[in-house]
Formats: sequence, C-alpha cells, structure tokens
Amino acid sequence: MLNDLLGLVKDFNVLQALGFTVLLTVVGSIGAFIIGTLIAVLRLSPVTALRFFGTAYVNLIRNTPLTIVAFFCVSGLFLAMNWTLLPQGTDIKYQGLAWGCVALAVYHATFVAEAIRSGVNTVPLGQAEAARAIGLPFLGTIREVILPQAMRGAIAPLGNTLIALTKNTTVLSTVSSLELSAAMKNMIEDRPDLLALVFLLIALLFVILTLPVGSFFTHLSKKLVVSR
Amino acid sequence: MMSDTTSVIFDAPGPRGRLVGRVVGALGLVVVIGLGAMFVWALRDQVLNWDFWARILEPTTWVDYVIPGALNTLKAALLAVVFAGVFGLIFGVMRLSHLKVFSIPAGIIVEFFRAVPVLILMLFFNAIFVAASLGDIAPFWGVVLGLTLYNGSVIAELVRSGVHSLPKGQSEGGQAVGLTRSQILTAILLPQAITAMLPSLLSQFVVVIKDTALGYIINYPDLLRMIQTLYSSGGTMVGLIFAAACYIVINYTMTLFASWVERRLRSRRAGKSVGTGMVPVAGTANTNGRPDA
Repeated sequence: MLNDLLGLVKDFNVLQALGFTVLLTVVGSIGAFIIGTLIAVLRLSPVTALRFFGTAYVNLIRNTPLTIVAFFCVSGLFLAMNWTLLPQGTDIKYQGLAWGCVALAVYHATFVAEAIRSGVNTVPLGQAEAARAIGLPFLGTIREVILPQAMRGAIAPLGNTLIALTKNTTVLSTVSSLELSAAMKNMIEDRPDLLALVFLLIALLFVILTLPVGSFFTHLSKKLVVSR
Repeated sequence: MMSDTTSVIFDAPGPRGRLVGRVVGALGLVVVIGLGAMFVWALRDQVLNWDFWARILEPTTWVDYVIPGALNTLKAALLAVVFAGVFGLIFGVMRLSHLKVFSIPAGIIVEFFRAVPVLILMLFFNAIFVAASLGDIAPFWGVVLGLTLYNGSVIAELVRSGVHSLPKGQSEGGQAVGLTRSQILTAILLPQAITAMLPSLLSQFVVVIKDTALGYIINYPDLLRMIQTLYSSGGTMVGLIFAAACYIVINYTMTLFASWVERRLRSRRAGKSVGTGMVPVAGTANTNGRPDA
C-alpha cells in the first residue's frame, strides 16, 4: 500500500503537479485580487457609467461557468488566435498555463469584488460621513477610510474565495497537463487498479492545501476584526 | 438598487460634480467601447463571421443541440440538488447531534467533501462506473454524485448555521413545554432554519448549474459540450460566447428568483434570514455576495 503510494508519487510527478497547482493559485489569486479591488471601487464610485460597468462585469462573469472562461482564454485567445503571454518559443504547456492564470484571475475577480463590497457594508455610515465632513474627496474617502476597514471585514469571504480558487485550478486540467487533476487523470488511465488510492492521494493533497488556509483566514478575520 | 450602500460614501453631487461625473462617465464609456471594439477587431476572424452567428438561428441548432444539452444540464443539476438536499439535511442534523458518535464522523465527512474539488470527485466516480463496466451512465452519475457530495456538504453547513442562528429562546421554549431534543429540532428549529436558508439554497442551485459544465471534462453531453460539438468545425469563440450567454440567462434568472424569495421572506417574517453572505461557503463562493438585491 505504502509502496504503491510512493510509486504513484514518483511515477506521475505528483509533487511537480502540486507545485504547479500552488503556482496557479498564487498567480491567479494575485491577479484576482487586483482586478477584484478595481471592480469593487468601480461599483462604489459616484459615476453611474462606471458603476454600471462594474455591475455588468460581476453579473456576466459570475454567471458563466469557469470552464467556459478557461476555454475562451485557452482554446480561443491562445490556440485559435495564437496570442501568447509568455515570450515566443516557450513550451506550449506553459503558454496554456499562463492563460489559465488569466482565466482564474478574471473569473475569481468577481468574487473578490463581491467580498470587498460585503466588507464595505460592514463599515458604519458614520465613517464615510466623518471622512466627508473633514473634506476628503471620493478617492480619499475610499482609500484612507473605507477600504482599510472594509478589507478587514472582507477577510473571511476573501479566504473562501482563495480556497475556491485553489480548488478551481483543477478545471484547467482540460487546457494544461501540468497540475494535480491532470496528474489524477493520467494515474486513473495508467493504474486503474489503484483508483481508490489515487483518489485519496489527490483528495488529501487538496485537504492539506485548503484546510490550513481556511483556519488561517478564520484566525485572521477574528484577530483583525474592527471592534465596534 | 445600490444607492443604499453607496450614497453615503459621496455627497449628492452639485452642478459641477454632475458635470465631472458625466464627463468621466462619457470618457469611461468611450474607453470601454474602444477597448471592446479593439478586442473584437483583433478577434475578427473568429467573431466577425456571420456564418458562425447564423448557425444560432437555425432550428436544428436548437432542436438537436441546445435544448437536449440544456435538458441534460438541468436534469443532472436537479437530481444533484435533490440528493444534495437529502445528504445535507441528514449530515447537518447529525452534526448538530449531542452524541459524539454522530457529530464527529459527520463533521469529518462534511469538511472532507468541502475541501475536495468537485472535478476530482467527478473524475473518481466516473472512473468507478467505468471500472464497473457501466461506461454508458458513467459521465451522468459522475456529475450527479460529484455535485451531490460537494453541495450536500455545503447544505449541511447551511443547516447547521441556520439552526445556530435561531434565537436561544426557540429551543428554550421547546424545553419549557417538555419536548425532547429531537422534537425540538424537528418541530421548532429545522422548519425555521430551512425557511431562512431558502435564498442560499437557491443561489446554491446556481452554483450547481454552473458546476455541471465541469461534466464537459468527463464527456457528459451537457449544454457546453453540445454547443462545442455544434461548433467543432470552426467558430470556437462564437460557440463559447453563445454557450456563456445561455448559462448567463439561466443563472441570472435563478439569481433574480432567489433575491425575490429573499425579499418576500424578509417582509413576511420578523426574524432575519440567514444565508447569502453570512454563511461561510467554500467552493465557488457565489453565496458571498447578496445577489444584487
């Protein structure tokens, strides 16, 4: 049993696949955080057109399956249009992976934006009123008063989004052959006799990836909560 | 619709502010339209080809591809939601039990299935059915079982947090009139908790519909795969845009329905409804934001 497990890990480059899953998670979440914050600010802005754009982005992307977003980026923009993100000559696998990160960022940005907006809802009215009373303009109010508090209130949903993103990297198995679910597919194909072991191995790796993140964010949200 | 949350951050703009707002708005619109046009132009081979779009208007497209695909998607989603509801109710109640023999295993199972990606579950069940030489039904049951276990665990958490969010007086009242623990749970707590959960359950249904698109990966002939098949000879991107539009219509309708239900519940009862936003839901995190109420 243990030998089978070690054999699987060695034969199918499971550790490398784990590394790529982590890489996708890190790059995707940084991108999602940047786009999501921008969209959240757009949705709060006093300009109707910008608010409309933010709302449209969230409603359109959020209701589209990630599978479609990933296909659009990888089989559309990359394979059909031959747009590349990494320098020419890079292995096609890595090019696909880079577009996969874009898909993850674009898709999860909507959830980041919603998380931040729910964080903004935790900031009491008086804070914004006080900021306006001392003459801060809109961007000043947002940057100095609202967002710092909203981010603290948004930590728990942001953590959930990060966990979701980690798990959703598996969707990219169709477009890149490098991360954990692709490794699982290969293992199922080559070693159908070890199906249960393969499942437990991959499932356990995801439990190990997501559980600490979950408890860390819960801890953080309790520690950084704005006491009112 | 969002004025209640946003209007406090800025003053009602005066004449100059309105002018600035209009200018920024117009500029923003120009930039967005410009970028969009550049994007479409860059994709002109794929997107600006009337032949690809004309295919949507043909009746056979709908009869042979879109409607069967959508039915497959909805069939898997509905079955998964029903199973997930049963699973969630059983495991949610088990987790609430004061008997550790029930609550601890239920807790482990629920946490496990929430931490494992749905696709991994689908691949596993698909492979099990293939190994049992039931290849024909493997993709369907792979999708249904994968979705059931994950969403069932999410619903189990909803049940638990729904019961915990009820005022303490509810169960104390039950004790005062001499009900047993299980009577309190079934007659007092669960009915209220489930009503309060309804909006979150509906938005979970949206998550399920979206996640059926993962069935594409294990060859389930869902809406996405049917539309991909339709566009297999070219026009990939038009097909994807069309598929996305179908999902958006279905899901946005469900989201609107969920927020309608939530508004109704809120106006009908004095108690607050738990759900979207208050319950930590791992996964697609769709329930984080209140569906634009």
